[in-house]
Amino acid sequence: MSQNVEEQVLDFVRGRFPQERFDADQDIFQLGFVNSLFALELVMFIEKTFAITIRGEELQIDNFRTATAMAALVARHQQAPAASGA
Amino acid sequence: MAAPVMLGELAEPILPVTDRASARAFVDDHIVPYANAWEQAACVPEHTLELMGEAGLWAPFLPVDEGGAGMDMVTLGAVHEEVGRGCSSVRSLLTVHTMLSWTLQRWGTPEQRDRWAKDLATGRVLGAFCLTEPGAGSDAAGIATTATRTADGWVLNGVKKWITGGQRADLYLVFARVGSSIGAFLVPRESPGVHVTPITEILGTRASMLAEVRFDHVLAGPDALLGPSGFTAGMVLSGTLDLGRYSVAAGSVGIIQACLEACGAYATAREIGGTRLGGLQLIRAKLSDMVTDVRAARLLLSEAGRLKDAGDAATIMATWVAKYFASTAAARHASEAVQIHGANGFGGDYPVARLYRDAKVMEVIEGSNEIQRITIADEAFREALRQ
Ligand SMILES: Cc1cc2nc3c(=O)[nH]c(=O)nc-3n(C[C@H](O)[C@H](O)[C@H](O)COP(=O)(O)OP(=O)(O)OC[C@H]3O[C@@H](n4cnc5c(N)ncnc54)[C@H](O)[C@@H]3O)c2cc1C
Repeated sequence: MSQNVEEQVLDFVRGRFPQERFDADQDIFQLGFVNSLFALELVMFIEKTFAITIRGEELQIDNFRTATAMAALVARHQQAPAASGA
Repeated sequence: MAAPVMLGELAEPILPVTDRASARAFVDDHIVPYANAWEQAACVPEHTLELMGEAGLWAPFLPVDEGGAGMDMVTLGAVHEEVGRGCSSVRSLLTVHTMLSWTLQRWGTPEQRDRWAKDLATGRVLGAFCLTEPGAGSDAAGIATTATRTADGWVLNGVKKWITGGQRADLYLVFARVGSSIGAFLVPRESPGVHVTPITEILGTRASMLAEVRFDHVLAGPDALLGPSGFTAGMVLSGTLDLGRYSVAAGSVGIIQACLEACGAYATAREIGGTRLGGLQLIRAKLSDMVTDVRAARLLLSEAGRLKDAGDAATIMATWVAKYFASTAAARHASEAVQIHGANGFGGDYPVARLYRDAKVMEVIEGSNEIQRITIADEAFREALRQ
């Protein structure tokens, strides 16, 4: 499941920056071209694709640095749906 | 026998605005007849702002338990279009209020929503959006207003300029530097240290009660920060601007529709040397372009709204495209509308001079058209690379 999440996240990031190469453990924010507009698109993509709501304290950069971190965030929500929207 | 009720003395009940048709009826009754006078007076009267509250126009997209009607974004776009058809100043006030209310709904904590949502829904509290400064507009990252964390909350310092509704608003959504990031803060206008200076000389949206707002050591509580701090705080601004752009795109569609209606009526009534103006081919060509562009712009808007309702990130680009298309078309057609009206187009007896002045504003606010084109071009290159 989380492998699949990683791939979907990577596909989205690659679609947005087709000139770059990404792998699951790469820190996308360190590449220097990620702006707040993309950060918003990324959060919207994750919320819609995995039917979760990300709020408050979860909106920390560490949760979005890598596809692996994003997959872990999604997995946490899917294991504890009651926590969604917190 | 009871005395007969004098119908003329009773105030008409205000029906709730729930869709395009009810918005159109409200705007035709309560906005269209007065828009030129409001422009002259440089303000929208309190009574009208209250009527908008009664109609549930201020924030109908908020959930029902927060005082809204849970209105979807496609319908909201149609409602803002209708308001923009009647008066861009009113639509501008609605836009900035919408930006604040939506941002609260999207990023606010339950406590923040509890505190503000119901008052925003009724219009008891009116909101304004404070980003631009004398030294920074398009380059939002260049703002100099600061928010500094203290033991009790925040201290804000800085000057915001060209703030729509700034003269009238009760609550400001202020974007300020927090270290290397930009945070969003809810600041009541009554806070000590908030100074409001009306901006009276303005080309368009003259009734939108613009102001310069200075924050001079304004103390705000810890709950003033809306959304996360740190890098992701920038997302709040991106989302707020996206909603504002959507509303301005809708207002621009409304301007084109208003041009079309004004020109249709004028060209039907006006005769030149025994020929109806509407019978002249060059005039008919201008009207046919208005019909085509208003439909195209409305479809782009509705597609952006559909993507918002679906929570699809593609809405952001769709909204840029809709706003760019609709605002440039509005400026072009408002110019042609003045042309069709001849000298009458310059006077106060028709709406088109106001539409012309207001349309120009749409090309600058919520991301100027140069910025729109830069962003849309980026998408063009991405698409080329993806293939
Ligand atoms: C009627 C009205 C109401 C407004 N209401 C609000 C409000 O409620 N809240 C708020 O915060 N602001 C408001 N604004 C301000 C508005 O958002 C800004 O005017 C707008 O963002 C442009 O910024 P600027 O005026 O500083 O122009 P600048 O950023 O100085 O730009 C000047 C010109 O340069 C162009 N330009 C900028 N960057 C580039 C580039 N990279 N390449 C090519 N050209 C470029 C711009 O498009 C523009 O034509 C309002 C403005 C008006 C006129």
